[in-house]
Amino acid sequence: MDTKTAKRTQNVANKTERITGSEAIIRCLIEEGVDILYGYPGGAIMPVYDELYKFRNEIHHVLTRHEQGAAHSAQGYARISGKVGVAMATSGPGATNLVTGIADAQIDSTPIVCITGQVFSHLLGSDAFQETDIVGISTPVTKWNHQITKASEIPEVLAKAFYVAKSGRPGPVLIDITKDAQLGELDFKYEKCTGVRSYNPTPKVDIQAVKAAAELINAAKKPMIVWGQGVILGQAENELKAVIEKSGVPAAWTIMGASAIPTSHPLNVGMVGMHGNYAPNKLTNECDVLIAIGMRFDDRVTGDLNTYAKQAKIIHFDIDPAEIDKNVKTDVAVLGDSKESLALLLEELNANNHTEWLEEFKKLYAIELEKVIKDDISPTKEGLTMGEVIKQINSETAGNAAIVSDVGQHQMIACRYSEFNVSKSNITSGGLGTMGFALPAAIGAKMAAPNREVVAIIGDGGYQMNIQELGTIFQQKVPVKIVVLNNEFLGMVRQWQQLFFDKRYASTEMTNPDFVTIAKGYHIEGKRVTKREELADAVKDMIASKDSYFLEVCVEKEDNVFPMIPAGASVSDIRLS
Amino acid sequence: MNEEIKTFTISIYTENNIGLLNRISAIFQRRHINVESLTTSQSEIEGVNRFVIVVNITETQAKKIIGQFEKQVEVIRAYYHTDEETIYQESCMFKIKSGLLFEEPQIQNIIKESNARIVTVNKEFFVLEKSGRRFEIESLRRDLNVFGIMQFVRSGRIAVTKEEMKVTEMLLAFKNQ
Repeated sequence: MDTKTAKRTQNVANKTERITGSEAIIRCLIEEGVDILYGYPGGAIMPVYDELYKFRNEIHHVLTRHEQGAAHSAQGYARISGKVGVAMATSGPGATNLVTGIADAQIDSTPIVCITGQVFSHLLGSDAFQETDIVGISTPVTKWNHQITKASEIPEVLAKAFYVAKSGRPGPVLIDITKDAQLGELDFKYEKCTGVRSYNPTPKVDIQAVKAAAELINAAKKPMIVWGQGVILGQAENELKAVIEKSGVPAAWTIMGASAIPTSHPLNVGMVGMHGNYAPNKLTNECDVLIAIGMRFDDRVTGDLNTYAKQAKIIHFDIDPAEIDKNVKTDVAVLGDSKESLALLLEELNANNHTEWLEEFKKLYAIELEKVIKDDISPTKEGLTMGEVIKQINSETAGNAAIVSDVGQHQMIACRYSEFNVSKSNITSGGLGTMGFALPAAIGAKMAAPNREVVAIIGDGGYQMNIQELGTIFQQKVPVKIVVLNNEFLGMVRQWQQLFFDKRYASTEMTNPDFVTIAKGYHIEGKRVTKREELADAVKDMIASKDSYFLEVCVEKEDNVFPMIPAGASVSDIRLS
Repeated sequence: MNEEIKTFTISIYTENNIGLLNRISAIFQRRHINVESLTTSQSEIEGVNRFVIVVNITETQAKKIIGQFEKQVEVIRAYYHTDEETIYQESCMFKIKSGLLFEEPQIQNIIKESNARIVTVNKEFFVLEKSGRRFEIESLRRDLNVFGIMQFVRSGRIAVTKEEMKVTEMLLAFKNQ
C-alpha cells in the first residue's frame, strides 16, 4: 500500500522489532485496544491462533460455534460499546460464513474488523484447498477490504482498517491475510492511522446550512423530528435532547435510533415505520417541517415515497453525503457529525413549544392505546401475548436492560414496547433483517458491557438459526438472558400470508423441539411458561439469575403485529387492525 | 416524473489499488446500469488513476451514483458531465488485407479523407488507426466494410472536461492538514 496516502501518528521513539506477521497481527489488535475477539480457527489462520495462545493473558479469544456467530457477536460488542468489534475466521468456508454478519454491519453502519486467513499467495487463483475470493465476495458489503500478501504490510493495513471501520459513518472492514504473510517476518512498529487522503469521513458542518435549518424550524407551526442511529453513532444524545427540549419539537425514532432519548421523555412520540406508532406515522403527512437526523429514509420507514411528507419542508442532518436526496428530496441538508451539527443548531433555535401540535400526537396515541396497545400489553384473552412479556421485562429491569432482538414479530413488539432509559440499548438487525442475529449479538453485548443486564428476545424461528451459540454461552459463562417467544410459526411471514396471501401458510409452521431441554443440555437453567399466572415470577427468576438463563414463553400462535403500513402503501394508510 | 435519459461521462479519481474496479463496477451492477464504455489510466497526478466511464442514465441517477463512488474509501473524487461539458474521443483500429490497397485504389482516398493513420503494413495485412468522435469512426467503418475488414476494435471514450477538476488542490490540502 502506498504509504504517502495515509497519515499516521508520529512515534519516533518506537524502535522496530523483528517479529512474524502473525505476532504482528495480535500486537496490532492490542495496540488498537482490542480486549475480546470472536472467531473460529482453521488451516489458513492457524499461525495467528498460535500467537493468540501466547498472548492469551492480554487478549481474550472467544470460540463461537459458527463463524456467523463470531460476526454477529462482534456486532453486538460494537453496538453496545461504540468500539470496533473484531471477528476472525479461516479461509474458504470460514470466511464466507462471516458474510451475513458483514452485510448486516454494512447496512446498519456497525464498526467491525474481520480478519480472515487466506491460502499461501503462490496458490492464489489455483483453486487451492479452502481458497475463496473473499475480497471479491465481500466487496459490495464492506466499507473497505484488502488482501495482505506480505508480512511487512500488516501494521499499516490493520491501522487503516480500524480507522476506516470507526471513522465517519462506521462500517465493516475485511482484511484477508495470506498464510505466507502470517509466517513471514517484518520490522514491527505500530502507528495509528489518523487520515487517508482519498477519504473524507466527516464533512465539515456548514454554519449557513445550520442557520437555514434553524430558520425553518423556528418558523414552523407543526415541526417533527425523526432521528436515527446517527445520533447514537455520533454520541449526540445530549445534543438531541437539548434541541428537542429547547424547540419543543415532537421527536420520533427509527428502529436503529431507539433508546437515544428515553422512552418516557414527554417529547418522545414513538417509532416511525411499518410497525411504528400510529401518531408519528400519520402526522408525517401533516407536519410542515420534517427534521431527519442521522436516518436514511429506509423504505420500511417511508412507505410509498410519492406520498411521503410531500406537504413538508425536509431538513436532513447526515454524516454521509450519499444519503442526501437519495430517497427523499431535501430542502436543507446539513452535512457532518451529528454531535457538532446539533450543538450548532441548538444555538440558532428559538425557545419554543408546540403544545397544540403535540396534542395531536396524544390524540392519535389514545386511539392506538385503545385499539392496539391495551390488547398487546394487558390482554384479557386467554393466550399470552408477546407484548405482555416485554412489559414484564420492563418492570423487572426498570427499563435499564439492553434488549437484543432478532427479526420478525417479536422484534417489532420488542422495539415498540421496550422501555429504554439508556442509549445503545436496542440492539437489533435493522436494515438487513438477519434472523439468527440476536443470540450471538447478545453474547458480544454482554461481554462488552458485563455490568449491564442484556436480554435477548428471539422468535422460535430465528433462535434455531444460531442456536449452536448456546455452546459459546456455556463455555464462556456469559450471563445473558434468553427469552424465546414461541408461537410455533415464522410469525411475520405467517402474518403476511394471512393478510395478503389468503391464509395460505406455506412453510411457516414450525414443529419445535423441547427448547428447555436443549438449554439444559448446555447446562443453562431454563423454564417454559404457558400460562399468564406463571409469567411474572418466571421473568423475575430470570432477571434475578446470576448466570445465563433461558425462558421460553409460549404465546398466542396467530397474533398479528399492528399498526401496520402495508409494503408500498403510504404512511397515511397505516392500519390499526 | 419521467426524467430524460442522457449520456454522461463519469470521471473518477482514485488511488491505484487492486479491487477498486470491482467496487466501482458493483455500484453499476447493483443498480442495473449498463456501462457503455470504461477506460482507466494514470491521471495528471502521479499515483492517481482516472476512470472515464460512459453511461446512459438520468441526471438524478448520475448524482446518486457519484455519491456512491465518493463514498468508497479509495475514491478521491468523482464527477459527471454531459457531452457538451467535455472534450472526448475514441480510438479504433482496422486490420485489412494488404492486397486491397492496390486492388481498390479508393481505399487510399478513404484513408486520406478520414485522417486515419497507417500503423504498419506487411505483405498480408495493414493496420489503420483513427481517433475521433463515434460518428467519424462509424463512417470510416462503413466505408471500409464494403471492402472487407479482417479485424476491427474500438476503445472506450476518453475525455477531458472543460471545467477544472481541482483534485490536486484536494490532495495538497490533505498533505497540509
